[in-house]
Amino acid sequence: MTLQQIEIQLIASVVAVACSLVGVFLVLRKLAMASDAISHTVLLGIVLAFFVVRDLNSPLLILGAATTGVLTFAFVELLTRTRLIKEDAAIGLVFPALFSIAIILISRYITGIHLDIDSVLLGELAFAPFSRMILFGMDIGPKSLVVMSVILVVILAFITLFYKELKLTTFDAGLAASLGFLPGVMHYALITLVSVTAVGAFDAVGSILVIAFMIGPAASAYLLTNKLAMMLGLSAAFGVVSAISGYWLARMLDSSIAGSMATMVGVLFLATFILAPERGLVAKFRREERQKWDFAKKMLVIHLLNHEHAPNYQDESKIEHMHKEMNWTPEFASRVIKQAVQSRWIQRVDGRVDLTEQGRQIAHQTMES
Amino acid sequence: MSFIPEIFYDLLFDYTLRTVALGSATLGLVSGALGTYAVLRKQSLLGDAISHAALPGIVLAFLVFRSKAPLILILGAVLAGWLGTLFIINIIRYTRINEDTAMGLVLSVFFGFGLMLLTYTQRIPDARQAGLDRFLFGQAAALLQSDIITMASIGGIALVVMALFWKEFKLLSFDPEFGASLGYPIRKLDILLTTLIVIAIVIGLQTVGVILMSAMIVAPAAAARQWTNRMHIMVLLSALFGALAGISGTIISSLAARIATGPTIVLSISLIVVISLLFAPNRGLVWRWIKQLKNRRKLELDSVLIDLHTLASQHGDHTHSHSRQVIRAMHPGDRGTLHSLRELQKQHLVVEEPKDQWSLTESGWKQAQEIVRERGKTQ
Repeated sequence: MTLQQIEIQLIASVVAVACSLVGVFLVLRKLAMASDAISHTVLLGIVLAFFVVRDLNSPLLILGAATTGVLTFAFVELLTRTRLIKEDAAIGLVFPALFSIAIILISRYITGIHLDIDSVLLGELAFAPFSRMILFGMDIGPKSLVVMSVILVVILAFITLFYKELKLTTFDAGLAASLGFLPGVMHYALITLVSVTAVGAFDAVGSILVIAFMIGPAASAYLLTNKLAMMLGLSAAFGVVSAISGYWLARMLDSSIAGSMATMVGVLFLATFILAPERGLVAKFRREERQKWDFAKKMLVIHLLNHEHAPNYQDESKIEHMHKEMNWTPEFASRVIKQAVQSRWIQRVDGRVDLTEQGRQIAHQTMES
Repeated sequence: MSFIPEIFYDLLFDYTLRTVALGSATLGLVSGALGTYAVLRKQSLLGDAISHAALPGIVLAFLVFRSKAPLILILGAVLAGWLGTLFIINIIRYTRINEDTAMGLVLSVFFGFGLMLLTYTQRIPDARQAGLDRFLFGQAAALLQSDIITMASIGGIALVVMALFWKEFKLLSFDPEFGASLGYPIRKLDILLTTLIVIAIVIGLQTVGVILMSAMIVAPAAAARQWTNRMHIMVLLSALFGALAGISGTIISSLAARIATGPTIVLSISLIVVISLLFAPNRGLVWRWIKQLKNRRKLELDSVLIDLHTLASQHGDHTHSHSRQVIRAMHPGDRGTLHSLRELQKQHLVVEEPKDQWSLTESGWKQAQEIVRERGKTQ
C-alpha cells in the first residue's frame, strides 16, 4: 500500500467513526432523516459563509454551515408548531428549498473555484490526501484527516461528558425533563454536532456517504444489542469495516469510492438484517417455526389428556385417526407425533399413542397457564 | 412590464422553452396529484427515498439494454424505486428499526450503489454514460419533445389508475383498518398506490433531479392542504400548484443566464407553500392572527359591557351612568376603555353623557344580560 492509499483509508475510517457515533443517537431518537436534511442544507451555509470570507479554506465555512444545519431544524420546528404541516412534510419542504437556493447561488455567482455540486454530493476522497494541512511550515497530514480528527475528538468528548444526559433524553425525554435535564438543549446540541460532522465530512466523502455512515452502521448495531455503550462500539466498528472494505471494492471495480463505501454499508446491514442472532430474519423464522411445532405438540398432549379417561380413548388415540381428530393434514400429524415422541412427551403403543408422565405434566401446565 | 407579452410569445413559439415548460408542467401535475397521498399518509420523506433509490435502476437499465431511451430508463428507475420501497416496508415490518431510519438507509445505500455503477459504467469504452448523470441534478433544458410524450403518457396512465381507484385510495389514506374490515385488499392497494407514487417521482427525475424531486411530491400537496378539507379539491389544487410551479420556474430560469430550472421550480413551489401557509382562509396564519385579534377585541368589548351592567344593577337602574374612571378602575391595566366605549357607542349599546359619563342603552342592557347568561352557562 502506498502512503496515499493508507491516508485515504484513514480519512474514511475517521469520518466513518465520527458519523456512526452521532448516528447512533439519530437512529435511537428517530431523527435519521435529519442527517439527510442537514447534509444537504449545510451547502447553503458554506456558500453564504464563502460570500463573506471569500476563502474556501476558512474555518468560518464550517461555522456557517453548522449554523444552517441548526437553522434547518429550527425552521422545521417552526413549521411543525403552526400545526399546519406534519413534521415529515416540513423536513421535505425545508431542505430542498434551502438546497435550491444554494445551487442557484453557486451556479450564478461562483465560478472558477472548487465548489461544484458534483463534489458536494459525491466527495473526492481520492484527492483528499493532496490537500495538506501545513502548520508552522510543517506538513502534519491531509487537511480532511486533521479536521475530521478534531471533530471526532469533540464528538468523543461530548458523548463521554454528557453520556448520562444523552441516554436519558434519548430514551425517556419526559423523565429527563422532569428531572431537570433539558431535552431541548440536548436535542440542539446533538443537531449542532451532526451539522459540524456533516460539514467536516462532506468535503472529503460527499453528502450521500455522510448519510450512509450516519444511519447504516447505527441501524446494524441496533439489531445486535440493547446496550447503548455496546451499540456505540458496534456502530463505530461497522463504520470502519464498511469504509475499508468499500475502499478495496472501489479499487477492484475502479468505481466511485464514496459509492462503494455506501454499498458496503448496505451489504453489512443486509447481512445483519438476515443473520443477527436474535433479531435477524433467520433467527426470527426459526423461532416462529419452533413455536409452530411446539404449539402443535402441546395441542396433541392436551387432546390426549382430555380423552384419557373417556370410553372411546382407544379410538381417540389411534395414530391413523390423529390428523382427523386434530384437524391437521396427515403429513403434519405424523411429524408432530414423531417430534412429540422424540421429546418423550408421548410413546407409541401398538398403533396408538399414550402420554408419558412428562407429557401429562406439560399438558397440565399448558392448560393452567 | 413590457417583457411579459414576450414571455408568452416565447412560451408558445420557442421550441426549447415550450418543451421545458410543458415537461415541467406535466411533472408538477402528476407529482402534485399523487403527492397528495404521500402527504396525507405521512410518507412525505418516502418521495426522497424513492427518488434516490431509483438511480441504480436507471444505470442498470442502461447497462443491460445499452440504450438511453427514456422509456427503458424510466422502467429501470420504477423497478429500483419500487424495490427500495419494498426494502423499507420489510425492514420496518421485521425489525424494530423505525421508518425514518429505514428510509435514510435505503436512500443512501441505493444511491451510493447507483453512483458506484455510474462510475463503473464510465469506464466501459463503448458505453459513454453521458446523459445518465443528468438524472442526478436534473437538466430540464435538455428535455426533448419525445421525453415529454413519454412523461405525459406514463403520467397520464398513473393518473387514470388513481381516478379508477379513487374510493379505495381515499379509504387507504384515511382509515386503512376500516377498509380492511370492509374486505378491501388493503396491502395490494398499498402496493398499487406506492407504485403510482414511484412513477410520479421517476418521470420527474430528468427534469429536477434526484435531490429536489422530493419537494415536488411534498410541496404542492402541503400547499393544497391549507385551502381545503376535501380530498378531490386537494388533489386538483395540488396538481394545479405543481403545474403552476413547473411553468413559472421554467419562465423565471429562462429570464437570466445560469439559473438552473430544477431549483427554480422548487423555489416557486416553496413560495406557493409559504403563501398558502400565510393566507389560506381558515387555516392560514394571517387568517388566524386576524381571528385572534377579533376575538380579543370582542372580549374587551364584552367585559366593558358587563362592567356597566354590574354597575347599573347595583343602582337598580338600567341606564344609570358612570364616569369612565370608574369603568376603567374595574379593569386595571386595560387602557383601551375609551376606545371600547366609542366602539360600543357606534353599535348603539352605550351612550355618552356629559362629563365623560357613560350608560347602557336598552339594547346594551339586553346584550349584557345575554353575555352574563352565556358565561354563567359555560362556567
